[in-house]
Amino acid sequence: METLKTKKMKEVHPMENVLRMDRIPHIWCPGCGIGLAVTAFAAALEKAKIDLNKVAIVSGIGCTGRVAGYVKLDSFHTTHGRAIAFATGIKVANPDIKVVVFSGDGDLISIGGNHFIHAARRNIDMLVICVNNFIYAMTGGQVAPTTPLAVYATTCPFGSVEPPINIPYLADSSGAVYVARWTTLHIRRLTNSFIEALNKKGFSVVEVISPCPQYYSRVNRLGDGLDMMKFYHDNTEIRHGEDTKNLDIGFQSKIIMGKFIDRERPSYTERFD
Amino acid sequence: MKANPKDVLTGVHYIDGDVASGYGILAAGCKFVAGYPITPSTETAETFARVAPKGNAMFIQMEDELASISAVIGASFAGVKSMTITSGPGYSLMMDAIGFGAMLESPFVLLNIQRGGPSTGAPTKTGQADMMQSRWGSHGDYEIIAISPDSPQELFDYTIKAFNLAEMYRCPVMIMSDECVGHMTEKVVIPPAEEIELEPRRLYDGPPSEYLPFKPDDDFIPKMAKAGAGYNLYISGHVHDERGYPVINEKFKSVYLRRLVDKIRRNKEKIIELKEEYTDDAEVIVVSYGISSRVAVRGIEKARKKGIKIGNLRLVTVWPFPDEKIINLAKTTKAFVVPEINHGQIAFEVERCCHGKANVVLVPHSGAGVHNPDDIYDAIVLAAKEKKKIEGIVEYKTKLEKLVFEGDYKLKE
Amino acid sequence: MKKDPKGVLIGSHYLSGNQACAEGALSAGCRLLSFYPIMPALEVSERFLSRAKQVGATFIQMEDEISALAAVLGASWTGKKSMTVTSGPGLSLMMEHLGLGVMLETPCVIVDIQSVGPGLGLPNRPSQGDMMQARWGSHGDYEIIALAPSSPQEMFNFTIKAFNLSERYRVPVAVMSDEYVAHLKEEVVIPPANEIEIEPRRYYEGPKDRYLPFKRDEDLVPRMVDIGEGYKFHVTGLTHDDRGYPIMNEECQEYNVHPLVRKIRNYVENIVEVQETHVEDAEVIIISYGATSRAALKAMEQARSSGIKVGSLKLATVWPFPEKRVAELAKKVKAFAVPEMNFGQIVLEVERCSHGNANVFFVHHGEKGVENTDNILSAVKQAAQQNTVKDGIIECE
Repeated sequence: METLKTKKMKEVHPMENVLRMDRIPHIWCPGCGIGLAVTAFAAALEKAKIDLNKVAIVSGIGCTGRVAGYVKLDSFHTTHGRAIAFATGIKVANPDIKVVVFSGDGDLISIGGNHFIHAARRNIDMLVICVNNFIYAMTGGQVAPTTPLAVYATTCPFGSVEPPINIPYLADSSGAVYVARWTTLHIRRLTNSFIEALNKKGFSVVEVISPCPQYYSRVNRLGDGLDMMKFYHDNTEIRHGEDTKNLDIGFQSKIIMGKFIDRERPSYTERFD
Repeated sequence: MKANPKDVLTGVHYIDGDVASGYGILAAGCKFVAGYPITPSTETAETFARVAPKGNAMFIQMEDELASISAVIGASFAGVKSMTITSGPGYSLMMDAIGFGAMLESPFVLLNIQRGGPSTGAPTKTGQADMMQSRWGSHGDYEIIAISPDSPQELFDYTIKAFNLAEMYRCPVMIMSDECVGHMTEKVVIPPAEEIELEPRRLYDGPPSEYLPFKPDDDFIPKMAKAGAGYNLYISGHVHDERGYPVINEKFKSVYLRRLVDKIRRNKEKIIELKEEYTDDAEVIVVSYGISSRVAVRGIEKARKKGIKIGNLRLVTVWPFPDEKIINLAKTTKAFVVPEINHGQIAFEVERCCHGKANVVLVPHSGAGVHNPDDIYDAIVLAAKEKKKIEGIVEYKTKLEKLVFEGDYKLKE
Repeated sequence: MKKDPKGVLIGSHYLSGNQACAEGALSAGCRLLSFYPIMPALEVSERFLSRAKQVGATFIQMEDEISALAAVLGASWTGKKSMTVTSGPGLSLMMEHLGLGVMLETPCVIVDIQSVGPGLGLPNRPSQGDMMQARWGSHGDYEIIALAPSSPQEMFNFTIKAFNLSERYRVPVAVMSDEYVAHLKEEVVIPPANEIEIEPRRYYEGPKDRYLPFKRDEDLVPRMVDIGEGYKFHVTGLTHDDRGYPIMNEECQEYNVHPLVRKIRNYVENIVEVQETHVEDAEVIIISYGATSRAALKAMEQARSSGIKVGSLKLATVWPFPEKRVAELAKKVKAFAVPEMNFGQIVLEVERCSHGNANVFFVHHGEKGVENTDNILSAVKQAAQQNTVKDGIIECE
């Protein structure tokens, strides 16, 4: 009688070649959407058949800013708000490098707003992944420029009095060539957006709406990560090509997602040459 | 001028340093705080955001630290006491504006809860490595006042004092605290409003047409006026004359810049605050500030029990530096021991003022923690035993340094 | 890193300090300039830009000084020698990224053309008011190197030296010039490329998957790699270990930060460069740097001819400060005279290192003109007559 010899299989996670396995488990909270955004990014790198040796990822400070530390590429964890400036230096010095900036709404739009506008204006060839959780999570839940009106946060304990910024609108008016928005629930569409943006020359922005169960959701009584995902399921609408003016997000309002801008403009390095 | 009872949360509180400072800001009559979240100072901003409505004050979270400090300087010209709160990286970003504020003689307070550095460093852990930066961080010549509190109670008291100094000298006043004191929870007694002395703004009260924004009084400091009160202020960061208009003239520039510097240098005695004990006949004097001075007490007591004549000089005001005090003490003591959570900053000032008359032993620490009191004790014993004059600073090798660099230490996560 | 002779404009030229600085950068192999326009540093960028195409260099004007230095750091990691150029207010804005450069141990050069501060001050007048800021401006513990050129020729030479030192010690290096030297036009001799010493970048050459970005050599300097070569390394501004990963405890802080300070302090003797004249028999030594040295050297000759034994110690490197040399000289002379175009910065270091063995006279220089020697001479005369050592710095009128 033959005995079946089962070979001991080495268990390899499909994302292992893109993740720094010696840093796993990561620091993000249960229910946080950043992990999903990283999954989508890893899948996109795989599917787009990009040479991983030629990709540099730069992030700033914040929860999303920690992404650089978990992705196995030439990765830089730089100063608050200046990831785009640092990445511009890399791109201009060596145009063969594919540059990705992976950071949060506070880092990219608040302190980094100026650099966001100028890199878009110049159309520097880079992909900016902005994970928007509407709050400054890492430092304990302060208000962010994306926090909707009347929402509670530690530095607006009586409700925010500032109208939030509309990231796709800002990117569009500054000259970005690719602007899309998805939530962390819509992983497959997010992955496809990343692939399109990675293959496109010019300044591309993908906004990723994410839950923050520890601060944003908890302080505003919205439940946990799963409840937020359910909310995304029931309250999002895909409208490709929608005018970016109409993409404001209010408190628990409908979220419009899709690919809004996909146009051609000569990139900075092309014009420079 | 006394504090406004509406601003003062009188009573006995059990709070941490950050929160105590937040209450202090309110009690001082500050009506405008612009900040940006940065660990470990965020709680002060949050506290103030919560209590601001009580005092009819305003908290705004700006888009970054540069915007925060700019808003604070603007608010000071609008007639209110203003301040900002930050930590290392944010402090570095504010340097340009701090110089600007010094040039405009804007009275503002800046609270820096120091953390492990450099760069992003160790955000949730302590450090004292921004001390030299507070003095020299911006370009050009200017002088500032820096205070180093060592407890939540002091954070409350000295926040108020910082505002008073800012109004008196019209210069940036830095409260150089650190994460350990900021996150330490202790008893804080807030007295009734009548017991809190506030320095009123030095306002000009003559006819608007004769107002010269930068005409100094006898003590080198000019009177201020509010924007929007009909004075037609012209405030510029360029070197300016008494009217505030830019002047390009070598002689004038020297006169004006010299006054900016002299107003602090000539008033040093009134500004400096120290706490000393047993320094008159000491063999060894420990010079420290902030959290290190609390840690040093253990080492000092142990040394005293062993019979060493040890003095304790605590710098409450770190800048301007008490040159004369150190010069005089150096003539009577054998050595100074300077424990600081950095690799030598105030120790260099002590060395400078010693003029070779006493040894200087630095007990360094890279940050992310406080000293081991035994290291301070061992350094004191070493300093007391040393009979020769050693040139330069002696760097004491701490137990932590030996642990990490000698032998097979493996870093644990 | 190959020597690239394309950048070297051999010959004798009549250039301003700013132009010479740009030529020095190109000769050193700098191929990226990222800047924000600020008086009086504009001409450095203009010269660099006009030569960039033929040399194969690239440049970008960023939206502010903060991003200018950030872009330099990013570009340096691609293997390109990079620099930025600014003045006082710009240098103040760059402080956070100076800290990042120190923490990531990125080689780069920052040229600061000092003008009167604080604040906006006077952008078109010289000053030396940023000297202490160069050393202490950023937060946390660190050491940097700062050079002070006193002529257009030195602007050329010191810029090359700055690049070499930054590669050797993997630290940002500041070239602290001032508006006077920047706009002064003098002869600058540029030698052929094979006579210019270029320090190559210290690259890691082992297996790609075993690269540890912060594993230090014997001299405490780690080895670098370029982005895009497959090393897939990670670096962060947080306190980190050899792998570049953040670890938040006391031991890692000691492990990370102490070498940042030691890698310069242990090698001060190799880094420091001073130029001494007539110090052997001097009673009074004038310690100067940058533009002030021009008047200082003249004053020394004038004083000598009137019978006072004066020597000169010109600091080419201001940071790290030549502590040992000043301490040695202090035991031999009666006094130091320190002229500076500020209200007392490097004079404090001289006082510190004198250890009470000599008097220290501070001269506020520049009011009558940068090349005017009157106030230095009167200080030297006063110093020669002062026979007892006084406490503290003596300020001369």
